[in-house]
Amino acid sequence: MPGKLKAKIVAGRHLPVMDRASDLTDAFVEVKFGNTTFKTDVYPKSLNPQWNSEWFKFEVDDEDLQDEPLQITVLDHDTYSANDAIGKVYIDIDPLLSSEAATVISGWFPIYDTIHGIRGEINVLVKVELFNDLNRFRQSSCGVKFFCTTSIPRCYRAVMVHGFVEELVVNEDPEYQWIDRIRTPRASNEARQRLISLMSGELQRKIGLKVLEMGGNAVVGYLQCFDLEGESGLVVRAIGTACTLDKLSNTYTPATAINPCNSSPSKDIKDSPQAVPSALGCRSTHSSPVHSASSRLSQGFSVSVPTLLFAGMKHRHRSSDGPRARQCRAGFGEEAPGVPLSSGPPTPLRAQTFSSFSPSKSYSRQSSSSDTELSLTPKTGMGSGGSAGKEAGPLKALLRQQTQTALEQREFPFFTLTSFPPGFLLHVGGVVSARSVKLLDRIHNPALGNTRSYKLLDWNSFTADEPETRDAWWEEIRQEIKSHAKALGCHAVVGYSESTSICEEVCILSASGTAAILSSRFMQDSALDTEHRLSRQQASVFTSGAEKGEGDMGSTASLGFEDLMSPGCAFCHIPYDELNMPFPAQLTYCHCCRRYKVPDVLFTTIDLPTEANVTGKGCLIQARLCRTKKKAQGEGNATAISNLLPFLEYELHTQLMNKLKLRSMNALFGLRIQISVGENMLLGLASATGVYLTALPSPGGIQIAGKTPSDITYEQHISNMQKKINDTIAKNKELYEINPPDLVEEVIGSPIPEPRQRSRLFRSHSESSDEVSELDLSHGKKDAFVLEIDDTDAVEDIHSLLTDAPTPPGFYSCNTEIMPGIYNWTSALQMFTSVRVFRLSNVNLTNQGLNKVFNDLCENLLKSLYFKLRSMVPCCLCHVNFTVAVPEDELIQVAVTAVAMSFDKDQTQENGRQSIDKNLMKAITENEDQLQFPLELSAESSSNPLNSAKGLSEVSGPLPSARAPSVDYSSFTDRCSSWIEQLRLKAHTIRCGSIKTMSSLEKASPLPEGRSRSLRSNRSYAGSSVTVVKMTPLSFIPGTKIIKYLGIINMFFIRETTSLREEGGVSGFLHSFIAEVFAMVRAHVAALGGNAVVSYNMKECVFMENPNKNQAQCLINVSGDAVIFVRESELEATPPQPHSASAQTSSSGEGT
Amino acid sequence: MSMELDVFVGNTTIIDEEVYQLWLDGHSVSDAVRMRLESDALSECEASGEVLHSDTMDQYRTFQMCERLLHCPSKLANQLLFQIPAHRQAMLIERYYEFDHTFAREVLGKKLSKGTKKDLDDISLKTGVALKSCRRQFDNFKRVFKVVEELKGPLVENVQHHFLLSDSLARDYAAVVFFANSRFETGKRKLQYLSFQDFAFCAGQLISYWTVGAVDNMMEDMDVDLEKEFLHDLKDLKVLVNDKDMLDQHKSLVCYQLKGKIKAFSEMEANFKNLSRALINIASKLTNTKDVRDLFIDLVEKFIEPCRSDKWTVGDLTLFLTHYTSTAHTLEMFRFQILWERYMGVIKSCILKMYHD
Repeated sequence: MPGKLKAKIVAGRHLPVMDRASDLTDAFVEVKFGNTTFKTDVYPKSLNPQWNSEWFKFEVDDEDLQDEPLQITVLDHDTYSANDAIGKVYIDIDPLLSSEAATVISGWFPIYDTIHGIRGEINVLVKVELFNDLNRFRQSSCGVKFFCTTSIPRCYRAVMVHGFVEELVVNEDPEYQWIDRIRTPRASNEARQRLISLMSGELQRKIGLKVLEMGGNAVVGYLQCFDLEGESGLVVRAIGTACTLDKLSNTYTPATAINPCNSSPSKDIKDSPQAVPSALGCRSTHSSPVHSASSRLSQGFSVSVPTLLFAGMKHRHRSSDGPRARQCRAGFGEEAPGVPLSSGPPTPLRAQTFSSFSPSKSYSRQSSSSDTELSLTPKTGMGSGGSAGKEAGPLKALLRQQTQTALEQREFPFFTLTSFPPGFLLHVGGVVSARSVKLLDRIHNPALGNTRSYKLLDWNSFTADEPETRDAWWEEIRQEIKSHAKALGCHAVVGYSESTSICEEVCILSASGTAAILSSRFMQDSALDTEHRLSRQQASVFTSGAEKGEGDMGSTASLGFEDLMSPGCAFCHIPYDELNMPFPAQLTYCHCCRRYKVPDVLFTTIDLPTEANVTGKGCLIQARLCRTKKKAQGEGNATAISNLLPFLEYELHTQLMNKLKLRSMNALFGLRIQISVGENMLLGLASATGVYLTALPSPGGIQIAGKTPSDITYEQHISNMQKKINDTIAKNKELYEINPPDLVEEVIGSPIPEPRQRSRLFRSHSESSDEVSELDLSHGKKDAFVLEIDDTDAVEDIHSLLTDAPTPPGFYSCNTEIMPGIYNWTSALQMFTSVRVFRLSNVNLTNQGLNKVFNDLCENLLKSLYFKLRSMVPCCLCHVNFTVAVPEDELIQVAVTAVAMSFDKDQTQENGRQSIDKNLMKAITENEDQLQFPLELSAESSSNPLNSAKGLSEVSGPLPSARAPSVDYSSFTDRCSSWIEQLRLKAHTIRCGSIKTMSSLEKASPLPEGRSRSLRSNRSYAGSSVTVVKMTPLSFIPGTKIIKYLGIINMFFIRETTSLREEGGVSGFLHSFIAEVFAMVRAHVAALGGNAVVSYNMKECVFMENPNKNQAQCLINVSGDAVIFVRESELEATPPQPHSASAQTSSSGEGT
Repeated sequence: MSMELDVFVGNTTIIDEEVYQLWLDGHSVSDAVRMRLESDALSECEASGEVLHSDTMDQYRTFQMCERLLHCPSKLANQLLFQIPAHRQAMLIERYYEFDHTFAREVLGKKLSKGTKKDLDDISLKTGVALKSCRRQFDNFKRVFKVVEELKGPLVENVQHHFLLSDSLARDYAAVVFFANSRFETGKRKLQYLSFQDFAFCAGQLISYWTVGAVDNMMEDMDVDLEKEFLHDLKDLKVLVNDKDMLDQHKSLVCYQLKGKIKAFSEMEANFKNLSRALINIASKLTNTKDVRDLFIDLVEKFIEPCRSDKWTVGDLTLFLTHYTSTAHTLEMFRFQILWERYMGVIKSCILKMYHD
């Protein structure tokens, strides 16, 4: 009996009128936890009852404490009939279980009813008394802290980063149980809400256990998702990064106080300069190159064929690698979807198309039985059989050994973090992603679709144990990701995330991340003294100087120190051996340090490292694509989808690349590709933040090439277009302040043959190989990017390229945490959610038509956002998170959550200058750390490429060809089952941290206008009891300091109406529901004593309507971290005690 | 192809004051969009009709959802649904309760009943205020009236406290409530030239000096009704016209004071008895509810119109009323100094306010 939960019901207010006769309510409250229920007295005839109940005490296991929510039901007492429910409040008591989080929950909670929405408020007090449980075999994991934040939370220090944790639980969806036919919608919704609450509690507990097992005490970057699989059930799954965190005790020291929050997410973390052996996560990251290479061959290239066709044919599966790869490749034209499995000769186009990523991927849909075998044991033997011989003997042995350990630990070297403690991230290899199309089984419903489920059972050797099936699915995908990372010469994947898209019985599982090499030394504790902290800060000051793009200043400086470090450029250096590149890329010497090779373009899923040298500003880049699909059922549908996916991804990348070039940028951060499947279409949306990395070569322009030069008007047309494009590029350069220092390339001497510096994009797939050499349009402009127009499709593409409306003046946007080039945030911020659903007319739409509709939808949505937020100018939309869905046949749903943050325009320049002065000191202090790297680096870079090379031997396109100019790279790249962008990081530079923001701190105006203006209102509102709670998807709030994390907020709501018209139609319904969700989140945070939610995320927004029946239903799932923040200005004035902090901030919060 | 659903929800509720005003003024969404498109303020944003439509819809929805709360402004401060900074809340409330004076002028003194509500179409036509807006304003009047009607204490403060309005707006509401309660006649043709502001001023005077609360602030008083006792006592003033000596004496004192100071002296001299009789008669009749209602029409018919026909200037009138009031104190036989002062103070300022074209 290790815990006592106590709850007290204080009062209610604004209750609805339940008794028409008296216009009053006789309310009482039921408090339920587990199977125990208490009731308050009836408070008669009042809309503002004062129950002031005794303390209700529940004596429970801590396991239950973690799983169960406290359930409070407000009812209206009725003497003669059944009591009417007014509404409910679910309180997650998890935050009370950790000693460092909240100690009491006390406050007003909205009383929520799934049919009527919020109906009044109730004031509740909840406390928990925990007894220590030393039982080693306990099932609970109380005390493990959870954070949604994808960086080390401020005010904590990472002692050790253990690595990936994942778990999933499965249940039947109450909505699909037989009983649902006879119960009320309210009962059904409540059953669902309660079930999901229970399941997420259980999931969190199980993950907590894993963390404890690993020796950690926290999960960072916790991402929990629901898959509503309809009749086949409900899956709740979560991933995260296990860490050991230490609370920073010196939160109030001047050093941290001057550190502004609007900078790097990781700035507050002390890092350790000492290399520590055997960090768990790191070992595993080193682990399995052999393993990976093989897996790439055996599994990675499996094509999107439903299991049904290939069931049980492991052998064929493997042997058909070649043809399948070809199939992928062959299909870039419109006719592609129909291409049979083994058709078409290899075409070379892929390689030339993308210099830095290979667009091929695997859409494996394999039977889970064969899958497991493939991905786990046999792979090593099989895949590496031929190639292992090529490897150097000792190295191989070593790697084997490491693989072994990794396997023992059953670890995926994945990290859900997107920004890192300084020095943690050494090199970044590029984006890896994997998708898999699965058919949802119906094993829970043997009565329905009996035959099918029987078949499925047969093939997949299902034993009706669903979690294991789902586990296997994810396992398979993760293995694939892991192998892709290996192919990039990386031993870890960072910025890792997983998602699903479900339509009827087809489910696309996706995973993506950024291959990286991590430093082991930052996985272990070592106290860092203030000196180090300071030096790091100065270091970062230096880099911000470079970021300002102050031409020679920046570059000379970096040249001068290149022996010691490569500030902000090291991570761009390729992690793989340039002779054994896993895919073709145009390498040049780093434009900062001139010593290491860098690729010409980088794509990553992580946030921009704070120390990165960036020229100018960044911007949001989106690729949008719609593809029609024939309606189909079951396996046929799965096949069709899998066939479409490669083209979808390929085109998304083409678009991304084109748009990147058009903005004269050379790197993408925070890349997130969402593929959503509907009955008759597939939607693809890729969002990322484009930046110009100073270290990377300047992107060339875009050249348009016509295919029929004979026609004069056509030529004219082309040249017009070319002119437009050039103009746009010039305009964009100005807009984003991209004026990189003019470097004389020749002096540096590129070792790469000239032709390879050109990247081409060919629209035509068949002839392109012949033309590679002839079509040299680039002349002197060595980097020109060629767009060939050979059909109307291509013309469309170029048009759409140019029709992307520029952001209005004063606005910037990005989908990462912060915008490079903007440092002086004010504290004005506005988080918002916007949802649009567009109905397509039922006329048969072409792909192009669909594309345009979808594109317009997104563009218009952005335009509307800019308009709405015009009062905040100059401002930046940060963390712009688009979610697309196809809720019904002809509906497209787009939801955006982002935060608009104002900044001060004038201070940018100064910061840059100030920072430069300090770089010297930093260089000196960094000196020591430096020495440890070269060894580590060389070891890795030599070993990994070998592995990938060995992979090549089995492939039709041999390695040498990949390096030759204008040759067929495609056969190789096609096989990379992930598309890949490379990036490289050197660890110490990361520590340069967040300087830019530092100097802005003093100037930041902490009080928004609103506060001073509210003078008058003091008269009437002095008594207002509502705490202002800020919400942001970012991990920080500019100009403030987070002093305490109160626990994770993870809430799931269902709202349903049977009077849609009366509630203002679908818009009115959803509008009030979203507002209600916000209100409930704020109320819970306020009750925990917090005044903000950081890392807020709306993970799910499922909207269904039936206007004919006047009905609609919506499910929303949100998460975030409840925190207490204080304004920096206040912090400096009076270092507050933690107790007083909340009071202080609640008043300060009123500003915005 | 159409937008099925389009919503925008901010953690801090975004309120565009301009759109709010359009909504309050009762414009439809499409009208509002058109007006916004035409306004210069937005031209720099280059907002298309589509964007404006979406924005306007969102704003209108927000206002509709807020409206329920605005009916009880104190709820707005402690509701949880919308996070609105305090100063914006104040703005929302103030604007919601603001009303068109032309509209208020029409309903002034009328019973705030369903019957009147039915006449709103006519009022809307007459005043040019949109019917929707008329309804809102009327409902506001009614709501405020209902709440403060039975409350004790100063009327203005009651309005302010319950509806969180600014001082000046609370005063206007006090006037509306006061007029509605006492049902003063304001609709006669002869009163048409008077604006809402004129009446509001008079109401303020009446509330300040003629109600129970005016004499004794300590009392738990009712501010809505005129003090019965005072009205009854006013009968005593009749002595000023009934006693011929006193009337003559009063006249000579006033004439002495005004000689050479006002242009309309001769007219004044000729008319003094009539004017004085008019004012005293009004006073003595106020015990009768019907006559209380006719206070303003009586003032106009019996006093203001004769003066106006004699072409008195405002200055003349001011001097006359000042001395008319003050000289009464010097009358030996006149014992009702305080009563007289209380009566004439209000009458004087009302007449001066009402004396215009």
